[in-house]
Amino acid sequence: MTTITPHHFLILAFLLFGVGFLGVVIRRNVLLVLMSLELMLNGINVALVAFSRAGANLDGSIFVFFIMTVAAAEVSVGLALLVALYKKRKSIFTEDMNLLGN
Amino acid sequence: MSGADLLFYFFATLSVGGGLLMVFSRHPVSAAMFMIISLVGVASLFVLLDAFFLAILQVLVYAGAVMVLFLFIIMLLDVGPGGAKASRLKLLSGVAGLIAIGLLVVLLLDLGLGSTDPSLCSAENCEDCGEAPVFAWPEIRDETAANGNSLVFSPSVKAFGFGLLAKYMLPLQVAGFLLLSAMVGVIILSKKSAIDEEA
Repeated sequence: MTTITPHHFLILAFLLFGVGFLGVVIRRNVLLVLMSLELMLNGINVALVAFSRAGANLDGSIFVFFIMTVAAAEVSVGLALLVALYKKRKSIFTEDMNLLGN
Repeated sequence: MSGADLLFYFFATLSVGGGLLMVFSRHPVSAAMFMIISLVGVASLFVLLDAFFLAILQVLVYAGAVMVLFLFIIMLLDVGPGGAKASRLKLLSGVAGLIAIGLLVVLLLDLGLGSTDPSLCSAENCEDCGEAPVFAWPEIRDETAANGNSLVFSPSVKAFGFGLLAKYMLPLQVAGFLLLSAMVGVIILSKKSAIDEEA
């Protein structure tokens, strides 16, 4: 019998979420911020699947499916916004997006 | 330590390590490559949790579609290694990073303290509350079954499809409509005239 418990998966999910949050906070490249957001969503997915498996309940896994759908839609719209922003501002760094002033 | 344990630690290291390298890599293309490593690690963890369909979806959707989209945008915008002109906001990002690491530490400490909390240890399944109770993963059945209003976990795609098309029919339709509206929005955003008129 394996000694891995949902506790281990939960710690891993927190680690993934925290690393993603760190990326969102410290990176100034908007592309990297979007990637870090994906990592945060992956941490949540790991926790959901672990709970779904531990509770023998399929609803959590189906919720992960919908999270993936929303994440894919979010990334496509976010990248389109980024390209539109790059056409106007010629930069994708957050410190250059100071339209409201310094 | 059995083989499954070693696999768990290997793929956990792969996913968290890939994520850390992604956050700290200077060049966006190498960041995207590390992100793919991290996503494949998460997909392998889904396999360890018997969620085979989700593992396939993870590789197809994330590593296959989302990261290719990211790489396409990186190459379209010709983004080089960033951070050369970073010094202006160094203090701010340092403080923000400290807050993020502090949040992570608080979360992990909270989880670690919660596991040894004696109040969680009930008398019937654990006589000696000093050691952690042995956890047994529930047996999985290879059939679609409903336990009251909730679906029983099963690794088969059939059970997943049954859940999606029976209980979660309305959310599935809403997800499809969300994808359609995202597609229309992206087309409108990317049209040349929309940007030029505003500029």
